[in-house]
Amino acid sequence: MSGTLKLSRRRFLQVLAGASGALIVGIRSAHAATAPTPPDMLGDALFDLGVYVRVDADGTVLIGSRDPETGTGVATALARIIADEMDADWQHVRVLPLGLGVADDNGKPHWLYGQQAGGTGNSMPRAWRDLRSVGALARWLLIRAAVPQLGVPPEQLHTERGSVIAPDGRRLSYGQLAAAAAKIALPPGAVQLKTPDRYNLIGKPAGDAHARAIVTGQTAYALDQHFGDTLVAVLAHCPWPDGRLTGLDSSAALAIKGVVKVIELKPDPRLPPGETVIAPAVAVIAENTWVALQGRRALKLEWKPGASSGENSAALEQQATALLNSDAAPTTRVRDDGDVDKAIRKAARRVEALYYQPWLAHATSEPMNCLVRLDKTSATLYVPTQSPQQAWTVVQRLTGLAPDQIDIRVPRIGGGYGRRLDHDYVAEAVLLAKEVDKPLRLFWTRDEDLTHDYYRSGCVHKFSTIIDAKRHVLAWNQRVASASALAGRGVPVDHLWSSEVSVNQFPAGFVPNYRSDWLGLSSSLPRGPHRGMPHITNAFAVGSFVDEIAHALKEDPLVTNLRLIGEPRLIPQQGGGAVDTARLVNVLKLATDRINWKDWLHSVNGLGLACWYMDGAYVAHAIEVSMQGEKLTIERAVCAVDVGRVINPTGLEGQVAGATLDALSSALNLAITVKDGKVQQSNWKDYPLASMAQLPRTVEVITVPGEGDPAGASFLAMPTAAPALANAVFRVSAVRVRRLPLMKELLRLL
Amino acid sequence: MAQDHAALPTKPTEIVPTPVRPGIDLEINGEHFRHTGDPAMPLLWYLRDVLRLDGTKYGGEHGDGGADLVLVNGKATSAITTPMSKLAGKQVTTVEGLANGKGDLHPLQQAFIDEDAIGCGYCTPGWLIASADLLNRIKEPSDNDIDALPNLCRCGCQTRVRKAIKRAAATMKQGAKA
Repeated sequence: MSGTLKLSRRRFLQVLAGASGALIVGIRSAHAATAPTPPDMLGDALFDLGVYVRVDADGTVLIGSRDPETGTGVATALARIIADEMDADWQHVRVLPLGLGVADDNGKPHWLYGQQAGGTGNSMPRAWRDLRSVGALARWLLIRAAVPQLGVPPEQLHTERGSVIAPDGRRLSYGQLAAAAAKIALPPGAVQLKTPDRYNLIGKPAGDAHARAIVTGQTAYALDQHFGDTLVAVLAHCPWPDGRLTGLDSSAALAIKGVVKVIELKPDPRLPPGETVIAPAVAVIAENTWVALQGRRALKLEWKPGASSGENSAALEQQATALLNSDAAPTTRVRDDGDVDKAIRKAARRVEALYYQPWLAHATSEPMNCLVRLDKTSATLYVPTQSPQQAWTVVQRLTGLAPDQIDIRVPRIGGGYGRRLDHDYVAEAVLLAKEVDKPLRLFWTRDEDLTHDYYRSGCVHKFSTIIDAKRHVLAWNQRVASASALAGRGVPVDHLWSSEVSVNQFPAGFVPNYRSDWLGLSSSLPRGPHRGMPHITNAFAVGSFVDEIAHALKEDPLVTNLRLIGEPRLIPQQGGGAVDTARLVNVLKLATDRINWKDWLHSVNGLGLACWYMDGAYVAHAIEVSMQGEKLTIERAVCAVDVGRVINPTGLEGQVAGATLDALSSALNLAITVKDGKVQQSNWKDYPLASMAQLPRTVEVITVPGEGDPAGASFLAMPTAAPALANAVFRVSAVRVRRLPLMKELLRLL
Repeated sequence: MAQDHAALPTKPTEIVPTPVRPGIDLEINGEHFRHTGDPAMPLLWYLRDVLRLDGTKYGGEHGDGGADLVLVNGKATSAITTPMSKLAGKQVTTVEGLANGKGDLHPLQQAFIDEDAIGCGYCTPGWLIASADLLNRIKEPSDNDIDALPNLCRCGCQTRVRKAIKRAAATMKQGAKA
């Protein structure tokens, strides 16, 4: 009935027969594993199994998607990798989110599906490694199941769109074969994967697998999930993350019909950020959201600030510039190639600049929330999380339940951007659920969401470069001051820089003398992972600065960029891999050709460019802007990307266009500021994501066809959009914007 | 991908409560409802907490992001800033009610699928409602008309939404001719 095939030392491909004649293929661990199988994957097959594929007798192919879907298209792309390898008919594929796969390994968690994470940019490379073998085994089994019925040896059978086909054209559908396939003895070794010329889904465009459900309002996010008789909790957090509650009068709140309880929450100081309550808070628990909100309004609260009440945005920036200008400030030397000091002494021409970038919030569309049902032997949670494993850790610590008594379900998520790699809201939900005897939904209102975030730190970049007589950059010295996103998270002090600057970033390795220093700011505002960091802030500063070098040299910035990149070659990266300068030049040329860069000098509009690379992928933006008085219009935005093999061109194009607009929106408008320790932005008017009118009307996306292993693309297009915009603005207005958000600074300087 | 048309729900027999409790009578997606709770309750929470019509989303308290838009008598309206007391006798259409009873998608819904105008999808219902309102007012909206939509999208779907609206307008024009 069932069997296993060795995949690696600890993980096995496994096949099981379902009770109603279904074929189920998954990856399970070598450990005796008992883990809840997602109900939808289980069907009639009552086995505990980490399931990826189920072929039903009616021909339906269910594919489980292990990584959380935050809108990056990963559910569709992962499913298509499996579906292609097994030659499933995409018309009959349904994609289901897998919850967290966890088994009990003597009291410790054993992760059944390996790493499960979303929006971290590496779903695709990991899937490419693991998931093709799942599809290949299913196909291998289905072919063998057809042998007795078709009377043809397996070598002569082929598969196509959900059928096994004999040389004479007779065919059997996968649905007809599923029951028999589940009984076939497994192959002795690894099954051969398809050669790329036989891909029929990979590389072909596909819309989101859940598009129809989304446009009809049927997709249930965590906030839309229900248990019977659920209570709703809304929170009032302390305005100061390190403050405390000194007065609470909840009598008026409790007098409101439907308000059940008022509960105080405190951070656990022993735990790192993201694993405990983000700030002291008072929760109002009520029978529905509306009553809970009225209860919160009726609370009388007195908060006392902590040490952070002295914090102000302007003072933080002064702290940063003071550090950058001091030789004595504690400095982490991230990279030091050649001899920058010596090069500076024989200076021919020096270019210097400072760039200021603000703090940012994540501002996910779906605010923080979590639905919990808790009893003595189980916890069931719907969590919008980018890391189900981290969510599990938080739940386990607070409940003491066994690993497999915790069921983390991860429906589609209304945006992540790194915010949901932290699980303060899960801790809050569990703590509150323990205080009531009904299921509980924790719900953050927008003001809580914007004022209590693990923000992206603001930063200041200081550059000085030496240009030799042949216009080559001889030395590049950069200093960055920011508050590390890793501080307080168990990372050694000498590695706090790694969330703030990349050791391999452009132009490290491109210039003979290169130095990169990081200086830590102290701030009591919580910080955490943020989409595309550390590339976003650095690409803006570097991309702007290269443009300033071009201006200093009185030449076309494309020429300056191409000279800096240099000859086609491989530049080794610290930590492995290499940058292929030819691929970088290629995307730059594609983007600039498309926007007619030859008009750069004479166009009445401004043209700007920037290029970047990260994790084996390459990107360039070329942007055209016009200005009429104080009105800035982004006329065109072109983005060229090279991500190696493209799994889903439609998905990639969507990600590239979306990331471009997201980056432009942030660069144009957004900043989180602090006054007396309090975050000042609490709604969309204070934190104005770009309107339709501010954004370009199209994003022209150029993708380079590639055959290398696929690189992640979810935030690839973010870093270069802002510098290309600022460079275009300089061209049209002669105003160099060295401070974001751009619109505010531009209007100040005009 | 195959999308099963949901089985047609049979129209529920109207239950007449006796004695009739006073309340606010309104129509939502063609069905009659009576709200007997707090008249100040915003429509959003009535839809989500009471009816479990979860397609309309929470974006913020002020309704300025557009995620909570519904059509009230055909006009795009923020569900979180509209209390139930203002809805007596009104016809409300949520994203769940955009397709017709047979499950045929509204041209905008089909266009959003065809143009891949979806990121995380959370704000999509609001865009659909705002676009439906726009096409009700202006059959062939210009780029400037589309620019005036109030919706926010954190994933950056605006360029694809623009294409989808134009595609839907073209489809509806063709449909009108035929």
